[in-house]
Amino acid sequence: MVEQLDELYREVILDHFKNPTHTGELPEAQVKVDGANPLCGDELTFHLKLDAGRIAQVRFKGKGCAISQAAASMLATQLEGKTTAEAQHLIDALKRLMQGQEPNPSIDLGDLEALAGVRKFPVRVKCAALSWNVVEQGLKANAGD
Amino acid sequence: MFDVKRIRADFPILNRKVHDKPLVYLDNAATTQKPRQVIDALVNYYSRYNANIHRGIHALAEEATMAYEHVREETAQFIHAPSSRSIVFTRNTTESINLFANAWGRSNLKPGDQILLSEMEHHSNLVPWQLIAKATGATLAFVPVTDEGRLELGALDRLLTPRTKLVAITHMSNVLGTINPIADIAQAAHRVGALMLVDGAQSVPHLPVDVQRLDCDVLAFSSHKMLGPTGVGVLYAREELLESMDPFLGGGEMISDVQLTASTWNEIPWKFEAGTPNIADVIAFGEALAYLHRAGMSAINAHERELTGYLLKRLSEVDGVTLYGPRQLSERGGAVSFNLNGLHPHDVGTVLDAEGVAVRAGHHCAKPLMRHLEVAATVRASVYLYNTTEEIDRLIEAIRATQAFFARSAHAKV
Repeated sequence: MVEQLDELYREVILDHFKNPTHTGELPEAQVKVDGANPLCGDELTFHLKLDAGRIAQVRFKGKGCAISQAAASMLATQLEGKTTAEAQHLIDALKRLMQGQEPNPSIDLGDLEALAGVRKFPVRVKCAALSWNVVEQGLKANAGD
Repeated sequence: MFDVKRIRADFPILNRKVHDKPLVYLDNAATTQKPRQVIDALVNYYSRYNANIHRGIHALAEEATMAYEHVREETAQFIHAPSSRSIVFTRNTTESINLFANAWGRSNLKPGDQILLSEMEHHSNLVPWQLIAKATGATLAFVPVTDEGRLELGALDRLLTPRTKLVAITHMSNVLGTINPIADIAQAAHRVGALMLVDGAQSVPHLPVDVQRLDCDVLAFSSHKMLGPTGVGVLYAREELLESMDPFLGGGEMISDVQLTASTWNEIPWKFEAGTPNIADVIAFGEALAYLHRAGMSAINAHERELTGYLLKRLSEVDGVTLYGPRQLSERGGAVSFNLNGLHPHDVGTVLDAEGVAVRAGHHCAKPLMRHLEVAATVRASVYLYNTTEEIDRLIEAIRATQAFFARSAHAKV
C-alpha cells in the first residue's frame, strides 16, 4: 500500500501542489471557465488567452486536494503553446490514461504522466480529471461562440 | 460493566484487515457496523418466514407481520414514545423529514409563515424545507452558529415569532458533535405555537433519547447509524399530528377503501407506509434496538464520552491540527472534525486509509456549516460502542505518518 501511495503522490505531484506554476488570472483571456467536484469541494478556475488559434497563456486559481491542484498546475504548463486542437488531443490522451489504456506515444504528457498512479485510487480519479474537464468545457464553449 | 472486548466479538467486520492492517473503523457517523445478531436476523427471516405482511392469511405472513409490528413497539419504547401508532417506518432520516415536510407542510404552511432551522443542519434537514418553502410561499430563518460551534440560542427570542410554524433542528451535529438543548428550544418553539421537529440521526444512536422529556413533536432517525441495516428510517410524530396529516405516498397498504376516483386512508401509522415496506431490514433493526438496549444507552454514552475525551486530548497534542466544535464533553458527542495544516482532507483520508484507518473526509452534507467554518471540508473521526482507546492511538499514529508523508518533499516550501 505504501508503494501505491508513493505512486499516487509522486514527488513531482507534491512539488506542483506545494509550488504550483501558472497561478493567477488573465483579465484579457477569451476562455474563462470554472468547475468543482461537488462531493469533495475541489474548485478550479482556468483562464486561457488565445492567439491565432494557439493557447498563448494559461493561468488558474483553485483550492482542493493535492491531486486536483497539482493536475491543474501540470496541465497549465503543458497547454501553453498548443493549438486548441492539440489541447484537445492532450485531453483525450489524459482521459485514456485514467482509463488505463496505452498512452499515445506521439503525445507528450510531460509531468502529467505522473498522474498514472491515480488510476489505482478510483475515488481520486475525479480529482485529477477536474482540471482537463474544466479546460475542455471552456474550449468547447469558446469554439461554439 | 461495559465490556468492549465482548462487544467487539459480536462484529465480524472488525476482524478484517484493510491494506494488510487491522481495520480501525472511525466513520460511525456515516454508518455503523452490524453485529452478528442483526446479520443473523436477516438470514433467518429470508430462510424461515419471508412473506408479505398485513394481508396474507398463511402462517408465514402471520409470522412476518408479527415480527415487523413487534419492531414498531420496540422502536416506540426505545425513544419513550407513548404509542407505537406514532412510529412510521421509512427508508432513512432523509425520507422521514421529507415525509413530514410534505404531508404536514403542504396543508399547514402558507405565504408569510416561517420555518426556523439552524446553520448547522445536514442537507437532509435543509433541502426538504427549501422545497416546501418554495411550494407553499413560507420562508426560512436560521439560528446562527457561534465560533465555538454552538447554536446562538440568544437569537431565539428574535427569531421565534407568531409567524414561526415549525422549528426543525438537529439534536447532534454530524460535523461538530455539538449536542443542542432540544428541550429548551422545544419549549421556546411551543411558546409561539410552533411545532418542534428534531433530526435525531446522530443522537438516537448515541444518547438515551426520550421524546416526552424533549417534548418534541417530531423525531427522525435511521437504523443504519445504530447497528441496524440500511434502508430503514423512523419518523416519530405525535399521534394527533399524524391523524391530521394527508398521506405522503399513495398506493397499496395505506388505503382503507379505494374507488376509481377517490380513496380513504388506512389508520395511522399505516397511512404513511405505502407499498410493501422493507420487512427484512425492519425486523433486523429490531435486533439492533435489542442489542443497544442490552448494552444500555447510558453505558454506551459513558463509553463514548471517555473515547471522545481521549480523542480530543490526543488530537490537540499533535502540531498542525485544527479542531472544530465544542471541547466541553457534556455539550458534545463523538463526531470529531479536524484538519491538518496545509493538507486537504481527501489527501489525509487517503493516507489514513492506507494505514487501515477509516474516517470521513468531505463536507459531510453540511455545506452551509462548512462555509461558516470557512473550510471546504474536514476530516471527521466518529466513535461508537465498539471503539477503543487503542484504536484512537492508531489514528494518531496514522495522522503523524500522514504529516511525515507529505513533508517528505524536502525542497518544497509549504
